[in-house]
Amino acid sequence: MLATALVAGLLAATLVRFAPGFDADESALDPGLRQESIQALQQERSGEKHIFAFYRSYLRNALHGDLGSSRSLEQPVRSLLHDRWRVTAHLVVVGLFLAWTLALGLALSSALLQWSPYELLGTTLSGTALCIPAGVFALLSVLLRIPGEAVVACIVYPKIHRYTRNLVTRIYHQPYILSARSRGVNRARILLLHVLPMIGPQLAALAGISVGLAVGATVPVESLLGLPGLGQLAWQAALARDLPLLVSLTLAITLVTLLANCFGDVIAEAIRTNEA
Amino acid sequence: MKSIRRFALAILLAVASVSLAADWISPANYRTQYREVPNAPPSKQHVLGTDSLGRDRWARLLYGTRVSLTLAPAAAAISTLIGVLLGGISGYLGGVWARLAMAVTDLFLSLPWLFLLITVRALLPLNVSPYASVSITFLILGLLGWAASARVLCATALSLRNSSFVLQARASGLHGARLFLVHVLPNLKPVLLAQFWISIPVFILSEANLGILGLGVTEPLPSWGSLLRELESLLSLHQEPWKLAPLLVLVLVVTSFQLVLSNEEIAT
Repeated sequence: MLATALVAGLLAATLVRFAPGFDADESALDPGLRQESIQALQQERSGEKHIFAFYRSYLRNALHGDLGSSRSLEQPVRSLLHDRWRVTAHLVVVGLFLAWTLALGLALSSALLQWSPYELLGTTLSGTALCIPAGVFALLSVLLRIPGEAVVACIVYPKIHRYTRNLVTRIYHQPYILSARSRGVNRARILLLHVLPMIGPQLAALAGISVGLAVGATVPVESLLGLPGLGQLAWQAALARDLPLLVSLTLAITLVTLLANCFGDVIAEAIRTNEA
Repeated sequence: MKSIRRFALAILLAVASVSLAADWISPANYRTQYREVPNAPPSKQHVLGTDSLGRDRWARLLYGTRVSLTLAPAAAAISTLIGVLLGGISGYLGGVWARLAMAVTDLFLSLPWLFLLITVRALLPLNVSPYASVSITFLILGLLGWAASARVLCATALSLRNSSFVLQARASGLHGARLFLVHVLPNLKPVLLAQFWISIPVFILSEANLGILGLGVTEPLPSWGSLLRELESLLSLHQEPWKLAPLLVLVLVVTSFQLVLSNEEIAT
């Protein structure tokens, strides 16, 4: 996991380094700066030209808690991440809670009710949401005064609903469920005792994946709604080609996504072991 | 279900045909400015009104649809090709190659798609000609969107590698590229096609997201992404509903793609 995150960081650093215009520096055009100052600034940036040397020294400093300094925002990267992670964490946690509540509620209740118009409603809702770009959700939320958490939920919900619904439908077609239904076992009892334990591991794995989806959704949501979180920071760093900031953000986002995936897998395995 | 799929396919064909005929049916070029009527509401001359620069919205929608509907399949073809080259071949080779391919795929999949996309797009030149920007945007989509296809193709090729007919072909003395091309690749074709079709709506939506964030196709060339940016200036859904036309067409097309793909294909 750590190796994957480190390679992702190196990948981001390499991309920035070889991007056209990496060497361009706006400060060189500042008439207020003397030639010596410009040369000093260029000297300061020369370390970023050798990508492996930059990444090695970045990782060495990161181990001591120094993540470098953002060129575009002229602040230490550590303080930028520290100031903004709460906004993103709040968006992700509340957004995921809303998305999971809606998706599970609709998928499980439609399985329980077995009423086709209701199922059609859930499928249409998630199908339509799946066809709308995340950016449009963010733009419309400004107009409709919808909070960012709800927008993240709208972006993540259709994926969770679709997967959960397919999972539940597949389980409901298993012979032992059909047998239980033919014997007149209560629908709620079938759902609680036979369906939910079966889909538990897959839902745990999906929970891990949904964190990555929500983190990805924060980029357009924070950028278009003007929320000062890590998504907006990633957007600003990418536009400004801010190498130290972009590498730190890539490492942070990759680590969070991988940790969430691993956590989901561990829980899924624990449920399977418990069932066995 | 079959009739719904046919209906969806008919919608796709109709939208594609209308957009391809844009040169003949469009009332104006997408660049033509009617400076005397900027931000005009729908009228006989301008069915969907004009934008802030006085350009006919209907004409821009037609040309934008053509750009998105032509280049998204091209990007899907690139990503599927990379998926076959990386996933299919490494799965066929098995062992270290398959593990290496899976590791690279995991690396790409571990980064949120939109984050990866904006990072790479922002690092490439933004102040380029419209035609270069449209090529760069869709090329990036194709070059970065291969991971999911590669994973599925690698898993399928791995299972085919150990199947009885491949073992029999191997025992008959067939090896290497010939075995792959004659026996494995034809059996990968259904998965390959499914991955290609699945990628198209994903890339259409991704281009739209990039466009909304200002990293897509540059002006004056329209695409669904750049047309959707106009929603930023939307005052109210009731006052200017015609501004939602690009969104409605996009939703219609992506929904049709989803309906054309059966559940089985999506699961693959």
